[in-house]
Amino acid sequence: MAVPAPILLMSGIGKQFPGVKALDGVDLRLLPGEVHALMGENGAGKSTLIKVLTGVHPIDAGSIELLGEPVAFGSPLEAQGAGISTVYQEVNLCANLSVAENIFVGREPRRWGRIDWPRMRARAAELLARLELDLDVSAPLSTYSPAIQQMVAIARAIDIEARVLILDEPTSSLDASEVEQLFRVMRTLKEEGIAILFVSHFLDQVYEISDRMTILRNGRLVGEYLTAELSQVELVAKMIGQELAALEKLHGEAKVFDRPLLEARGLGRAGAIEPFTLTVHEGEVVGLAGLLGSGRTEVARLLFGADHASAGEVSIEGTPVSLRAPRVAMNHRIAFCSENRKSDGLIPDLTVRENIILALQATRGWTRPVPREQQDELVGKYIAALKISPANPEHLVRDLSGGNQQKVLLARWLILEPRLLILDEPTRGIDIGAKTEIQRLVAQLSDGGMAVLFISAELEEVLRLSHKVGVLRDRRLVAELPNDDDLTTDVLMETIASGGAGGGRAE
Amino acid sequence: MRRLLWPVVILALLLLVNLFFTANFFSIQMRDGHLYGSLIDILRFGAPLILVSLGMTLVIATGGIDLSVGSVVAIAGALACLQISDDAGVFTAVALALGLSVLLGAWNGLLVAVVGIQPIIATLILMVAGRGLAQLITGGQIITVNSPSYKIIGGGYWLTVPFGILLVVVVLAITVFLTRRLALGMLIESVGGNAEASRLAGIRSRGIIIMVYAFAALCAGVAGLMISSNVSSADGNNAGLWVELDAILAVVIGGTSLSGGRFSLGGTVLGALIIQTLTTTIYSIGVPPETTLLFKALVVTAVCLIQSKSFREKVFGRRRRAVPPSPAAEEKVRVTA
Repeated sequence: MAVPAPILLMSGIGKQFPGVKALDGVDLRLLPGEVHALMGENGAGKSTLIKVLTGVHPIDAGSIELLGEPVAFGSPLEAQGAGISTVYQEVNLCANLSVAENIFVGREPRRWGRIDWPRMRARAAELLARLELDLDVSAPLSTYSPAIQQMVAIARAIDIEARVLILDEPTSSLDASEVEQLFRVMRTLKEEGIAILFVSHFLDQVYEISDRMTILRNGRLVGEYLTAELSQVELVAKMIGQELAALEKLHGEAKVFDRPLLEARGLGRAGAIEPFTLTVHEGEVVGLAGLLGSGRTEVARLLFGADHASAGEVSIEGTPVSLRAPRVAMNHRIAFCSENRKSDGLIPDLTVRENIILALQATRGWTRPVPREQQDELVGKYIAALKISPANPEHLVRDLSGGNQQKVLLARWLILEPRLLILDEPTRGIDIGAKTEIQRLVAQLSDGGMAVLFISAELEEVLRLSHKVGVLRDRRLVAELPNDDDLTTDVLMETIASGGAGGGRAE
Repeated sequence: MRRLLWPVVILALLLLVNLFFTANFFSIQMRDGHLYGSLIDILRFGAPLILVSLGMTLVIATGGIDLSVGSVVAIAGALACLQISDDAGVFTAVALALGLSVLLGAWNGLLVAVVGIQPIIATLILMVAGRGLAQLITGGQIITVNSPSYKIIGGGYWLTVPFGILLVVVVLAITVFLTRRLALGMLIESVGGNAEASRLAGIRSRGIIIMVYAFAALCAGVAGLMISSNVSSADGNNAGLWVELDAILAVVIGGTSLSGGRFSLGGTVLGALIIQTLTTTIYSIGVPPETTLLFKALVVTAVCLIQSKSFREKVFGRRRRAVPPSPAAEEKVRVTA
């Protein structure tokens, strides 16, 4: 089969961020009427590649050609004007506006200077019909499911005469039938000759929908492959590369866990997480695996007292406790690095020093300030130990890179010397170097006797670090698996998929 | 200190403008063992505003706002004067008035932190109701008192310096101590910078918010005593009218963001002094009374524009921060010409 001329050709793309080489010599070509999957672990450079393509960042090296013409977009708007539309993971729509308004916001059809509402509604309905959707376009967007909202975002994107449609993790918040609906739409668009770039963490979905894939690792191109010719195992091997071998054995010799630190019995919160029972021992790393929204974060928040439990009880070293508030949990030396650094973790306007000292200061109350010498000593120690850069304690946290922000958050909790450290997605969105450092640190801490509850969407990471893995699905803890030689990512995935009933090795 | 540069420049400019109209504007004399002079007057008459603004700074730093301080000013003055006219001791009167102020502030904090009402609405309640409360205390009349010892608070002198200025220095010192020597300031900035993250870091933000509103009301209460003592009377209707807006303005001019987080007490003091100097300037250069508000509005607009970094970059070009703020001078010349 002859390969048609590519719509988009990126070659030798390089992008440097302060301290990180995000992209180095990456090629990507998108062919008309194909779904092209962009694969790689977190931090491999997928989102950077999309951002340089859509004009969010300028490129440092290489060239981009659209329909044979060299292009350089200064902004996402310019890229959109040229026919490259992007639908991001978090839907950038206004839930309070109507479906039609969302599709046309900023470019409403006008008549005599006023918005031509009938035409706008008719064209919105037309566009949605192209996606095989029949919606009330004057209803507020919030009345529709996340999947439909995603479709509306796509409708908005393709209205702008799109030649290239970029879908960045469009399925992460959709259920199975919604994913099917999205795929139907993608196939329709494909037949119209649009080139689709698809980014997803779900391998099965990639294999179902994509024709071709480009794999990145550590900002470098691994290669371009036809999906039909690459097995899933080969794909994972190419994505992870050599690092797996280096990281495989993070823990020393097998440990015996006989001193339960925290026991949750029938703990649950209505509407958030079904009652679960979980024991964490001293020095044990307990991994929590499951899809986004499966209840991982909810478990963590209950154990930290960030939310109130509606059922069940918790005991620490055999003594029942009531975790009413984060401060209560902190008094029992439980620490929680939240998933969302920006909204639930750091105070962007404060300095690195202040952010690191914050939890310690909170436990002392405002009347007993941590003496400045002690602050400087503690902060200096953790900046050095975690290799936080820039190593200036008076730097504002907002100016740090994601990985360094994550380390600041970690340092805040480590100075409290917790007995149980809850890490919710500590390695998400940070570069591979910082990631391995954090993983190594977790292994070290647990070898030193600290218990760790480790939550991550990356199954490899969970497997590498954990002594046992709790699997969550649909807001239920469906299985608790000891991490021995038989436990693989495939087994984990099966357990997640089957809900611990048929597949896997659930009790 | 760099962020205080513009407030300092603006204040200096305003003072210089006065020198054109009042030749001996900068001279400070000793008369009858008291300090006299235009600069002393600015400090003395600006004292209540500085106090209210200090409290307002902390409230704004938590991401809130307190519209009720003007009413608290009226209530504190009314209660103190009522007590004194009922032959209570000055000390009792002052203690009762300040106690009530703290209570009212705590009520604001309770509405904001525990009930969860938006600060602007929560304090609007007391802003409106408080005027009524002040009326109720004074019985709808202006209460006049004749108490030399009460007069000291707003009109007296101690060691040649006006007592009001000393009060401001003491309150400022206490505020700086609480926020910068102790850890209160960092916790306030943390709560204002990101409330949920602060809660997850173990900060008991409710207590901090209630304390901050109570402190703001206490400052307003002291200001209220000062104002009523200076005129030896309590006017429930007009005492402290619109002072909340001047205070918010002083905080903003001082470089504290209305969205909360970082705050600057020094900046606030400068901001309040700028507003008071402006008022003095209006009188000394003889702006006709019917245009004073317009004049003030124009200058304040200019001041706020100079303060805005993005505006400066647009007008003066990027990276040229040392250019003197000529638009402000032009503005004044044009208006006063």
